[in-house]
Amino acid sequence: MAVAAQAPPGADERLGRPGPLDRLIVRPEIGSLLGALLVFAFFSVVTERFLSPGGVATWLDDASTLGIVAVAVAMLMIGGEFDLSAGVMTASTALVTAVLSTRLGVNVWLALLLSLVFALAVGALNGWLVMRTGLPSFIVTLGTFLALQGLNLGVTRLITGTVQVSGMREADGYASAGFLFASTITAGGTAFYVSILWWVLVTAVAAVVLLRTRFGNWVFAVGGSAVGARAVGVPVTRTKILLFCTTAFAAWLVGSINILRFTSVQANQGIGLEFQFIIAAVIGGCLLTGGFGSAVGAAIGALIFGMARQGIVYAQWNSDWFQLFLGVMLLAAVLVNNALRRRAERVR
Amino acid sequence: MTTPLIEVSGIGKTHGSVIALDDVSTVVNAGEVTCVLGDNGAGKSTLIKVLAGVHRHDRGVLRVQGEETTFSSPRDALDRGIATVYQDLAVVPLMSVWRNFWLGSEPVVGFGPLKFLDRRRAREVTRTALAEMGIDLRDVEQPVGTLSGGERQCVAIARAVHFGAKVLILDEPTAALGVKQAGVVLKYVAQARDRGLGVVLITHNPHHAYPVGDRFLLLKRGRSLGSHDKADISVEELTRQMAGGAELEALEHELRGDAIG
Repeated sequence: MAVAAQAPPGADERLGRPGPLDRLIVRPEIGSLLGALLVFAFFSVVTERFLSPGGVATWLDDASTLGIVAVAVAMLMIGGEFDLSAGVMTASTALVTAVLSTRLGVNVWLALLLSLVFALAVGALNGWLVMRTGLPSFIVTLGTFLALQGLNLGVTRLITGTVQVSGMREADGYASAGFLFASTITAGGTAFYVSILWWVLVTAVAAVVLLRTRFGNWVFAVGGSAVGARAVGVPVTRTKILLFCTTAFAAWLVGSINILRFTSVQANQGIGLEFQFIIAAVIGGCLLTGGFGSAVGAAIGALIFGMARQGIVYAQWNSDWFQLFLGVMLLAAVLVNNALRRRAERVR
Repeated sequence: MTTPLIEVSGIGKTHGSVIALDDVSTVVNAGEVTCVLGDNGAGKSTLIKVLAGVHRHDRGVLRVQGEETTFSSPRDALDRGIATVYQDLAVVPLMSVWRNFWLGSEPVVGFGPLKFLDRRRAREVTRTALAEMGIDLRDVEQPVGTLSGGERQCVAIARAVHFGAKVLILDEPTAALGVKQAGVVLKYVAQARDRGLGVVLITHNPHHAYPVGDRFLLLKRGRSLGSHDKADISVEELTRQMAGGAELEALEHELRGDAIG
């Protein structure tokens, strides 16, 4: 007891002063930020084109369409669920928009609205099924993933006789919709796709919602302990269904960007993206078990993806190496995040 | 005599063919602690789930401040001023103390759809509310997972008290705790009682129940063994009844006989 008595009056003897470094590493996205700096520095040194304006525009664009959905997937993962249908959903929404406007002559804006309704309906169905059955979302959304994949191919072949829909350029309202989703902005003589702005906007909104609103608080709570959250009156079912709708919305946004930019869509597009979204979210600090993570981190995870994928091209290596890089990056991210989180829990 | 905060009479609940609770009656008064004691499987959990709005009772009458009631959801019970603190799921471990404290009732500022958490106020109120309960926390930003089991229970109790609960139901708050920590939690139970709350304390430890309790409801296999006021029963008698009374004596004889033999 003599030891305790020696503590300076007024100060809590249990509270050591955490250093500035300790304060910094309690943030979930800090691991991904370090990774991004490493990848950036590496390709800046190894290749010349990586830092050129055209190079920057290319890897930012690559990261943007991945990042938009990755941020939404990160929110869902913080809420304790997965969405494997998000990748294929980017193709489904593009197909709905394309078929409506090129085959049925619907105005592009109306077609976009209808495909958004379709996306939200599938998202709500995912959420409702997960909450109603209590099955793992991994299985439920694996089911919707396969079902959508089949629908994409089957319906497209029924309507067009092929597995692609094209001809968006002639549709009504293409110019104005294209301006919003697929135009470029010239800065310093280089054209940057507007998708980069969408990515930044989605990330900013998601970060604010997560950390500064009641809904965001509920997202962390339903992922951290759904039973505990329900016991204090958090609407768990509504929160989770809204999160599934959010990933569907993000997939719709990317699907719309793609269809308006390329003016055609393949029915088998988007397969495999679902894991890239999850990988980006995990690199960004999301726990697979829910309750912890960051929207900004997921956006940085997508940035690492884009930089590495384009950097490997600039370095003129075979793109096969990208998968190896991805695997190593993912493992490193999980290990670093795990260590940082443990430290974070100790620090305070 | 004033109307009790909660009054149950002849309450019962059947899960399929299992009679989980049958013909149980007791009251919870403001400023008093009603202890629910019983061994595993005695029906303690079923009783508090009825009071907390998780289950609906099939038989008997539940009165809240004199008014006959059937709760439709935990939220419904919460709105009627009945807050429940569960043993292991009182809090979300990875979230900070203040976020846990306000969870489900977060303070917001702003207009229309643009409403943001009032983080400064949330932190300050959390700190003062905990301090008023005599809970001295290092930092309200720390994740609740870094607190000890007793501290977590205390945060949950302080939360219920702050949000104006009239009745506080505590499910085995001392079960997983060491002697000293259990003492700390019981101190907060007494503090909640002194603030005029009705407390329902579920426990299987009569030595934890007796010092703070005013009334003791003994359950066994879903049935009531009796509801006693503190004046009518001693801690020894309470222990004896809980452990099965005569059965325990027989067991004691048997064990002693074995030891000699």
